[in-house]
Amino acid sequence: MMLLEGLLRSRNFGGDTEEIPPLEIYPASGWRFLDVRELWNYRELVYFLAWREIKVRYKQTAIGVAWAVLQPLAMMVIFTVFLGKLAKIPSEGVPYPLFAYAALLPWQLFSRTITESTNSLVADQRLITRVYFPRIIVPISTTIAAVVDFVIAAGLLLVLMLIYGVVPGAAAVWLPAFVLLMIVTALGVGFWLSALNVEYRDVAYTIPFLNQFWFFLTPVVYPSSLVPERWQVLYGLNPMVGVVEGFRWALLGVGKGPSPMLAVSILIAVALVISGIIWFQRREQNFVDALGSGGR
Amino acid sequence: MRSVPEADKRIERNTMSEIAIHVENLSKLYRIGELQKYKALRDTLSDALYAPFRAVASLRNGHNGHQPTCYGHPSNNHFLSLKYISFEVKKGEALGLIGLNGAGKSTLLKILSRITKPAEGYVRLHGRVGSLLEVGTGFHPELTGRENIYLNGAIIGMRKKEIDRKFDEIVAFAEVEKFVDTPVKLYSNGMYVRLAFAVAAHLEPEILLVDEVLAVGDAAFQKKCLGKMEDVTHEGRTVLLVSHAMAAIQNICSRAVLLNAGTMCADGPMAPVIRQYLEMVQSDAVLPLDNRTDREGSGSLTFINFYAVSPSRGVTDTVCTGEDVTLVAEYRAGNESALKNVSVAIPFFNHTGQQMFTCWTRMTGQDYAQVGPSGEFRVHIKRFPLMAGRYSLNLFSEVNGYLADWVRNAAILQVVDGDFFGTGHVVSDPHGGVAVRHLWEYVARHSSLER
Repeated sequence: MMLLEGLLRSRNFGGDTEEIPPLEIYPASGWRFLDVRELWNYRELVYFLAWREIKVRYKQTAIGVAWAVLQPLAMMVIFTVFLGKLAKIPSEGVPYPLFAYAALLPWQLFSRTITESTNSLVADQRLITRVYFPRIIVPISTTIAAVVDFVIAAGLLLVLMLIYGVVPGAAAVWLPAFVLLMIVTALGVGFWLSALNVEYRDVAYTIPFLNQFWFFLTPVVYPSSLVPERWQVLYGLNPMVGVVEGFRWALLGVGKGPSPMLAVSILIAVALVISGIIWFQRREQNFVDALGSGGR
Repeated sequence: MRSVPEADKRIERNTMSEIAIHVENLSKLYRIGELQKYKALRDTLSDALYAPFRAVASLRNGHNGHQPTCYGHPSNNHFLSLKYISFEVKKGEALGLIGLNGAGKSTLLKILSRITKPAEGYVRLHGRVGSLLEVGTGFHPELTGRENIYLNGAIIGMRKKEIDRKFDEIVAFAEVEKFVDTPVKLYSNGMYVRLAFAVAAHLEPEILLVDEVLAVGDAAFQKKCLGKMEDVTHEGRTVLLVSHAMAAIQNICSRAVLLNAGTMCADGPMAPVIRQYLEMVQSDAVLPLDNRTDREGSGSLTFINFYAVSPSRGVTDTVCTGEDVTLVAEYRAGNESALKNVSVAIPFFNHTGQQMFTCWTRMTGQDYAQVGPSGEFRVHIKRFPLMAGRYSLNLFSEVNGYLADWVRNAAILQVVDGDFFGTGHVVSDPHGGVAVRHLWEYVARHSSLER
């Protein structure tokens, strides 16, 4: 009702509309790559969806955004006590808490992204079945929201480095590159899992298991040097190996830095994100039919 | 590669500036299974296992294995929700889209708003498109009014700058100034709906696609708004409106397209198309239930006959307001065996398509644990409450939680004036659509002097 009234009130109709090209709709057309220009046009929606996720996540919590720090901190304490002190797992000469936390930072982002991306499209079912936008925005904004938590949690790392008197070396200039590698990896896996979960809800059930499995395949609580030399390149097939090793190398100066293992990780991360985008775009056309429209 | 050059040329040539919506040979195919449940990995694995054999078989039959499954000759588990729809809408024109439930109206709107893709055909839209399939899409209860205005605005396609500019206007329009920083979960229902409408109302597209929003609000207010909406189209905005409310459509639109089971059966001036629609509603229900094919569901239970029984006149298709009525739905099980966990519903719709009430075994807590392979469900309605008019009934049944049979417009029930209140007078001047049993009581107040 009021809708109609409002329509009438819109006086400046056509005021700020530049001549836009006609919009054409064709049947689903098989494989296609990302329409970057369209994505750019929807950048504000990406921002608002990420913003919604952050806002909603800490609403009605007592300590709010402190959770972003508390979670990795608690894990660090547990690992330090049980693995660092009791099991005496080597930490390449740096204090174990710092050793663990530098790895927990990217790991938490990755683990959170894959969990939340997987459910993101299904959770936004109402949105997807009622409004058009490039669907890939949904896992992207989920990842962006996780990056915000990552940045907050990174503040504690600086504090820890101050406490333990660890000063990063020249390698620290490479840190942004590893942050990028981390985001690319998280996006790639997120695209795959979110699109798969629309059609196969089995995916959501495998996530807790996948998380655990992947955690032990990543050198978070142990140094990658524990893995025999001849297996290192194979080990790098897990792109999170490259990310975590890179973080430790850039920030704490431990580990090998650039290596064949890292190169493998980078290749895999890039392959994951490109194949993820293509797969996502391919399946996107079936999302609405697969999700149904909630009784309408 | 795409077969549209002809359409392209035609548009370019004649009406580049006059046509707002061009729809050509649009079809949409659904797999029934996909509509109801998602696939489990197991199903696809077995699908994949059989796929090579099917491909070989179809090659042998001279079909191209890459074509969408069964397209053109839909099998049992496929149906064409739209079949070769073509029409054009001029700039500034308001087109009403009418048809029975399941005729494909919403599917068409979803294709035009790019939510789902067509299986075949081509659409061309000139101008910024705004689609309102539901107001308040993306509202989050935890967020404040302010936050939701921005979020919802961005979702329906407004720029942040645009929202900034219209923000105060939206808040004032929704009359929520005092609560703009309160989470909407604390809003009253009225406030929530007003805010949702306010945001939608400030979207200013050149082509507006609307689905059923007119179904909300009271009649007087609707009338007022409808009157004004006519003006909108005079401003040059194109409107495509889907509604079951014939009055609404008639007031806003000058032209209507009638869809039936996915095909377009009329396109033209309002009055004749609406007449055709009403005839269709009636004739459809005359077809024996057993022969109806426009039904959905697994078929584990099928309705085969339906009739009403009046205590004084026996089997009938006309009942009086206020008399005790028994409705009988006969069924047959798909595979001649007993059915477990059966739920049956009969919703009633008036001539504008508004749902009046529903008789449902689940509502009365009477879902059947087990029923035989054939039989009849009877529902007894004491003092039939609907006022005089024609009402359309759906028959709906679930077996074990899955849709078994769903026939829209399964029957038409004619209701004539009756003595609902048992006063000896017929309730012939309906104040509202339903009669409700009620009692009045007078209680005197003693005046203060006496006390």
